[in-house]
Amino acid sequence: MKVGLFVPCYIDQFYPNVAVATYQLLKKLGCEVSYPMNQTCCGQPMANSGFSNLTKGCDINFVKNFKAFDYVVAPSGSCVLHIKEHLKEGAKPAELEKVRQSVYELSEFLIDVLDLNSLEAYFPHKVGLHVSCHGQRGLSLSSMSELVAPEFSKPEQLLRMVDGLELLKPDRIDECCGFGGTFCVFEEAVSVKMGKDRIKEHRANGVEFITGGDTSCLMHLEGILKRQGNDIKTIHLAEILNSVR
Amino acid sequence: MNVKTHAEAAQEFILNEPRTDWHDETLWFVRQKRDKAVNTVAEWEILRDWASKIKNHTLSNLDHYLKSFEENAIANGIIVHWALNAEEHNQIIHKIITDNEVKKIVKSKSMLTEECHLNEYLQKKGINILDTDLGEYIVQLRQETPSHIVLPAIHLKRQDVSQTFHEHLNTEKGNYNPEYLAESARIHLRKHFIEADLAITGVNFAIAESGGFVVCTNEGNADMGVHSAKIHIACMGIEKLIPKISHLGVFLRLLARSATGQPITTYSSHFSRPRSGQQMHVIIVDNGRSRQLGRPDFRNSLKCIRCAACFNTCPVYRRSGGHSYHSTVAGPIGSILNPNLDMKANSDLPFASTLCGSCSNVCPVKINIHEQLWKWRQTIAVNGYVDKSKKTGMQIMAWILSDPKVYRISGKIGRWVMRTLPFMVNNRLNVWYKQREMPEAPGKSFRDWIKENK
Repeated sequence: MKVGLFVPCYIDQFYPNVAVATYQLLKKLGCEVSYPMNQTCCGQPMANSGFSNLTKGCDINFVKNFKAFDYVVAPSGSCVLHIKEHLKEGAKPAELEKVRQSVYELSEFLIDVLDLNSLEAYFPHKVGLHVSCHGQRGLSLSSMSELVAPEFSKPEQLLRMVDGLELLKPDRIDECCGFGGTFCVFEEAVSVKMGKDRIKEHRANGVEFITGGDTSCLMHLEGILKRQGNDIKTIHLAEILNSVR
Repeated sequence: MNVKTHAEAAQEFILNEPRTDWHDETLWFVRQKRDKAVNTVAEWEILRDWASKIKNHTLSNLDHYLKSFEENAIANGIIVHWALNAEEHNQIIHKIITDNEVKKIVKSKSMLTEECHLNEYLQKKGINILDTDLGEYIVQLRQETPSHIVLPAIHLKRQDVSQTFHEHLNTEKGNYNPEYLAESARIHLRKHFIEADLAITGVNFAIAESGGFVVCTNEGNADMGVHSAKIHIACMGIEKLIPKISHLGVFLRLLARSATGQPITTYSSHFSRPRSGQQMHVIIVDNGRSRQLGRPDFRNSLKCIRCAACFNTCPVYRRSGGHSYHSTVAGPIGSILNPNLDMKANSDLPFASTLCGSCSNVCPVKINIHEQLWKWRQTIAVNGYVDKSKKTGMQIMAWILSDPKVYRISGKIGRWVMRTLPFMVNNRLNVWYKQREMPEAPGKSFRDWIKENK
């Protein structure tokens, strides 16, 4: 299976280990993974700030890099959602539709496309799952506490396949961490308060790690944890799934 | 008057962290009550769907239903008035007051009269209105505005209420017993109910086919006022209509469960015609609503039934308080309604959200609130109401991210600066750094790694 690896810009620059884990994991699972070398960003930072009219360049570049693939996979729900909802330039409508349809967040790709039932992974730690809003409410990666509907969670399904891992969930199972793109600086006070409150719940659970499918949320939580001198670490879902004995 | 932006007001609110926690937990408790209540209704999602469709249909045929409501209301003996804006709404009420030599006015909760600033308008003419909803009564005594459309005094603790009542109603200082405080308010309000010759109420649902309307309260204060006053004025926005009485059940089942987790409001009062000797007026108000109806991206915000479930679930609202939204209707729904009323003055509100989407999920009439927040951001930017510096920043960012070579060089320089000259980044000018550490900048990007490890 030919897969184009889409690595969001800030992961490429600041969290290359998340991309390495995603790459290695997909290869391990038998995918033929390529990384288009001229990719940059999905354009979300501008669009969410009100400037979707400035994302044309990103759109064109994205399409150029990824239009040849049947599957495009990224370790980020937020960036995938942006492509699915807002990619609008760079090709004819039918081709754009194909690109939008072919983009997958990592956990949905593993569960829905690869139909993964088991995994050789080992991570003997207490782990708290942070449910990222765009993946959950945007891409429906898991059920949502507001709706009257059956419960499910693709990230959780994957974490349950990991040997030794003890999964602990916070009381407010799907409350936002407060990152919110440029919200994290333009509404700094609320953003940090939201992050602190999330950490408080995970801390009460005695977790060693907070994991999730979006590095942006984790970067925000990590920033607060480090400032607090807290010994809880953040780790992307892909890194856990790629851990071996 | 220099109004603080949401971000500025929120920052002040959070300075008192224990109180912020209390506010957050209090409203989260309401959200949890809502969750419990909706999970007892197996067909909840179907009800939401029906409500959304009924409202969409009504909005698409609003002219028809408004005329039919007016006709039927007049046939019932109700006097119907039309107000294009807040000013006209207030003038109509003032005229009714002077024509009938009204001496004493009681008003149950109506966010529309708040939106029209009726109290201030009449006060300038020497006429006082007494708000009889307990929460509104408290904020009125304190000369504040409601911070929440269902729970107007939710920003206050019982100690605050006790102090306010001590000052205004001469209750015992330091008696924080809620029953004692509620009873004191009740005794005080009772006198006004009996003496009032005009009762003003809002309208929750106006029924086109019957010309009647329904007012929902938990305190019975709307009925207490209307039953003894010789004049009843009900104020409604044009979007309050539903076509048929048989649609009401859908909305009554949704409203209180979404708002407070009750199966239904304690009182759902049906008003159809004036009783003998009573005058009944309905004022139908536009005040910008038809403009919103004409905005394709935002028209369905008019489906709102004012349950405030989106307030209670909003992690930003819970941690910033209603007053930080500097508007009558705060919270996520306010952030998509208020830019229509004044885009410049409310240009900060659609940005007071992480776009987490919880608001859209709790909305009983399925308004896509978070998507509209995103769309308002675009509209506000196109209209030039975003700070110049932010716009320039975005233009630079777009330039960098559009060109792979520029992106790679910028990334490399950025990471080098962060590693070798951390003080360039870790300083007071960096808002991120105020309460958070920066991520560690690695020597190599993923692209660098994969070139070596392919």
